[in-house]
Amino acid sequence: MSLLHLAIVLPFIAAVFVPFLFKGFRSVHTGWFVLLVPLALFIYFIQYMPVTSSGQTVSQTFEWIPSLGINFTAYVDGLGLLFALLITGIGSLVVLYSIYYLAKEKEALHNFYVYLLMFMGAMLGVVLSDNLIVLYMFWEFTSISSFLLIGYWYDKERSRYGAQKSMLITVFGGLSMLGGIVLLYLMSGTFSIRELIGMSDQLMADPLFIMAMLLVLLGAFTKSAQFPFHVWLPDAMEAPTPVSAYLHSATMVKAGIYLVARMSPIFAESGVWLWLVAGFGIFTLFWGSFNAVKQTDLKGILAYSTVSQLGLIMSLLGLGAAALHFDTLDDNMYMTATIAAVFHLINHATFKGSLFMMAGIVDHETGTRDIRKLGGLVNLMPITFTIAIIGSFSMAGLPPFNGFLSKEMFLTGMISVFELDLFNLNTWGILFPVLAWIASVFTFIYSIKLVFKTFLGKPQFDKLPKKPHEAPIGMLISPLILVSLVILFGFFPNLLANSMIKPAVESILPSLTDAGQEVYVNIYFWHGFTPELFMTLGIILTGIIMYATLAKWQGIYNRIPERFTINGVYDNGLEKGESGSFRLNEFIMTGYMRSYLIYIFAFFVAILLSTLGVRDAFAIDTSNLAEIRIYEVVLALVLVAGAITILFAKSRLTSIVLLGVVGYSVALFFVFFRAPDLALTQLVIETVSVALFLLCFYHLPEISRKEERMKFKIGNAVISILVGITVTLIGIASYSNQSFESISQYHIDNVYDLAAGGNMVNVILVDFRGFDTLFEICVLGIAALGIYAMVNFRGVRRQKG
Amino acid sequence: MKKKPNDLILQTVTTVISFIIILFSIHLFFAGHYTPGGGFIGGLMTAAALVLLLLAYDIKTLNTILPFDYRLMTAAGLMIAVLTGAGALLFNQPFLTHAYDYFNLPLLGETSLHTAVLFDIGVYLVVIGVTMTIIQTIGESE
Amino acid sequence: MEILMSIVVGILFTSAVYLILSKSLLRVIIGTALLSHGAHLLLLTMSGLKRGAAPVLMDDITSYADPLPQALVLTAIVISFGVTAFFLVLAYRAYQELGTDNMEEMKGNEPND
Repeated sequence: MSLLHLAIVLPFIAAVFVPFLFKGFRSVHTGWFVLLVPLALFIYFIQYMPVTSSGQTVSQTFEWIPSLGINFTAYVDGLGLLFALLITGIGSLVVLYSIYYLAKEKEALHNFYVYLLMFMGAMLGVVLSDNLIVLYMFWEFTSISSFLLIGYWYDKERSRYGAQKSMLITVFGGLSMLGGIVLLYLMSGTFSIRELIGMSDQLMADPLFIMAMLLVLLGAFTKSAQFPFHVWLPDAMEAPTPVSAYLHSATMVKAGIYLVARMSPIFAESGVWLWLVAGFGIFTLFWGSFNAVKQTDLKGILAYSTVSQLGLIMSLLGLGAAALHFDTLDDNMYMTATIAAVFHLINHATFKGSLFMMAGIVDHETGTRDIRKLGGLVNLMPITFTIAIIGSFSMAGLPPFNGFLSKEMFLTGMISVFELDLFNLNTWGILFPVLAWIASVFTFIYSIKLVFKTFLGKPQFDKLPKKPHEAPIGMLISPLILVSLVILFGFFPNLLANSMIKPAVESILPSLTDAGQEVYVNIYFWHGFTPELFMTLGIILTGIIMYATLAKWQGIYNRIPERFTINGVYDNGLEKGESGSFRLNEFIMTGYMRSYLIYIFAFFVAILLSTLGVRDAFAIDTSNLAEIRIYEVVLALVLVAGAITILFAKSRLTSIVLLGVVGYSVALFFVFFRAPDLALTQLVIETVSVALFLLCFYHLPEISRKEERMKFKIGNAVISILVGITVTLIGIASYSNQSFESISQYHIDNVYDLAAGGNMVNVILVDFRGFDTLFEICVLGIAALGIYAMVNFRGVRRQKG
Repeated sequence: MKKKPNDLILQTVTTVISFIIILFSIHLFFAGHYTPGGGFIGGLMTAAALVLLLLAYDIKTLNTILPFDYRLMTAAGLMIAVLTGAGALLFNQPFLTHAYDYFNLPLLGETSLHTAVLFDIGVYLVVIGVTMTIIQTIGESE
Repeated sequence: MEILMSIVVGILFTSAVYLILSKSLLRVIIGTALLSHGAHLLLLTMSGLKRGAAPVLMDDITSYADPLPQALVLTAIVISFGVTAFFLVLAYRAYQELGTDNMEEMKGNEPND
């Protein structure tokens, strides 16, 4: 366990203490304690920056389940570090913001911060694990903590709905991804990502390759809210705003992006990968931005905008894979796409984080997020307005903010499709720049709408639930830091170029840099009069015109009937699934124990008999049978007679006597079979059991059988005879097929030497297999306590009820 | 069981017999390592003797004669068994590894002492405790 | 002998299953007790019967009956006692609370809407 591992699990450890801090220091907001964790981790991870920017990586292995090839290998390279810094950096700001957002008097902070820390640790685990199984485990942890955080205000119906939706979709994707991981393991025999990368050529030729890729992509697409799985993200906005800012825009939804980037070296040479990632990405970009315009909830706009921006990054990563098909890097324009993806990833975290915090402030201070009720807040909330305008101009891709730079690079990447003659890109590829341009127009419109409708326009304060005023300074710190970064990265993008972007790009496309070439990252404002510039100008012009005429064309959004939207499909599917399972459940689960027993016995018979048949396992071996004595036959007849007569016993006393007959016969059989211990035990047990039955008769009614009908009896008889025949056949077959030596001989040989005992049965019980006995006496103890509780604690429930 | 008529003979005989049974059960318990017997059988035999007493007298009388808390006995037995097993950990052996040696004890002469017997005492106590808890609980309930 | 015992075990199982499927709670419990008898005999039968002396170490004897199934069955006997006792108490408590010992009437009493 190295310091690096400790850093990853630190949030989990810290989470344990949160409830105690909450209970112990009521007067201090728990957030202040929590804040130390991401802050410390951020400082810790910053120290890795010189390492990764010089092209090196750090790897620490902690053996977990080495026999299955599952080791907790923490691996820090450019990409992992970039994410680690995002997680801890944004995490610190979000925690700081939440201290002012969530009042310590009203909120269940101990829950909130436990979930948040759990998420932080899980996310660090995802981005810093080299082992796919460990990655998957942390991946599901993020889904679970996201579920808990969305459902944080669990008394709201919408929260529960959103939480369930996100859980169902992301866990579905997660399980698909697990399938993909297993397929990769089947192909290669390793779970290590780095080893898989080394074998990528060999994997490409495998027939399972495409299947594995599809499954892994399914995981990435559901997590990163790509079309058509994006539907969970808008409903996830029911979470407290700090959560939305953190999980659902800056970090968790980028786990899918991370996965695609991380797996690129394995899959990216395939044309299917390029088309799928880029295609779904670009369509998601368009669909998200198109839908964002119609939203009236501030967070709704931001949610769809996040969907669309995630699509943008995804499409860039997809197109970036084209670079792998060229040998030289110097003038390889497809590198631009990957560089733009990484750059935009950072930029999106900054501007979207600040916008979410802005939305939270508006909500907090006015009591509503509905833009139809808002307006004219600019005079009351000037600082918030500044944050909003910088954030959304950056999002719209306007200079001089960082969003402009990455959007220019995005357009460059998209235009480059024209010059690519791979995988039919030169024919259908035209769709990429076209969709990109349309989406950018819509992005521009909703960005403008977000600011103008909220802060400008006619003030209508009478519609607001609260009297608005500027937020407290503590709440403004975090978004202000983020917008300063927006401006800083806008003016000095090359601050990031060599320290963050270059190492990250190198880890996405390692095969190029391994060949000794270097990635050259240089980002600047003025490219001359290029097509990109004209496209941007076109976006702004069209955007302004369309924004002005919004009321006229808004009607098209109502054209799609609710049933055919993806949300409708999801809701319908869920409803059908629920009612279907319910009906099935009604049908099978009658509540009558006899039906369940019949299922069990029927399967017992069917499975065992068919196995006997299919494996041709039935055999009778008469060569080595023990001889039969006449008194044994007599005893067997007595036993059988007893067992059968019980069926016809009219009174319970007769039944018990007959059961005793069977029991004592069995004890005698134990004597014949050279088992003195068993005989003794059976005799005593039988005696005690009879006493027990008699005691219980005091409380139980006489056996009543009058309502049993003939059909009922015949059904029972058929099943019981079948079970009997099966057991007989199994008994004979398993006696006759001694396919390997019994381990008994070991016990016989060693009973004196190892255990210094003479009675093998007892030595096995207390020594050789002492564990079994230990558990057995535990079970006995539990049975006794259960009986005691059933008899003596009966009053409790009745008094309560 | 509630209204017992004159059962003087039963009671007198039972007192003697159950005493013999208990002695026999203790013999069975200790003999268990070499000849048939052991913790399960010994415990059951003892419990059977107690049940016999229970039938001859009644629960209250038995409680005054032998004032044991059988649930405590179960717990104690479990603890002895677990601790015996855990004792091996102190000697850097896997859980439940037993040890034995020969000692010269007064009166008994050379005797082999075995930690497995400790474990068996745990089993013995649990079996008595469980059986008696069950019988007693049912018998006491109205 | 093994074949004879297999048949005996089969009959025990048949009776036991028939009882378990019946409606009276007490018969169900008797059925489980029979089932455990059957299972114990089956375990012994499967490993072969009477293959030597009782598994207690003696001089001059080399062949012993298989001690392993015996140890398993010993455990099982005691456990089945515990389980039977538990069932009995469960049954009579259920009878006291619900006022019936008919399995058919013991369905969940909340209607599934």
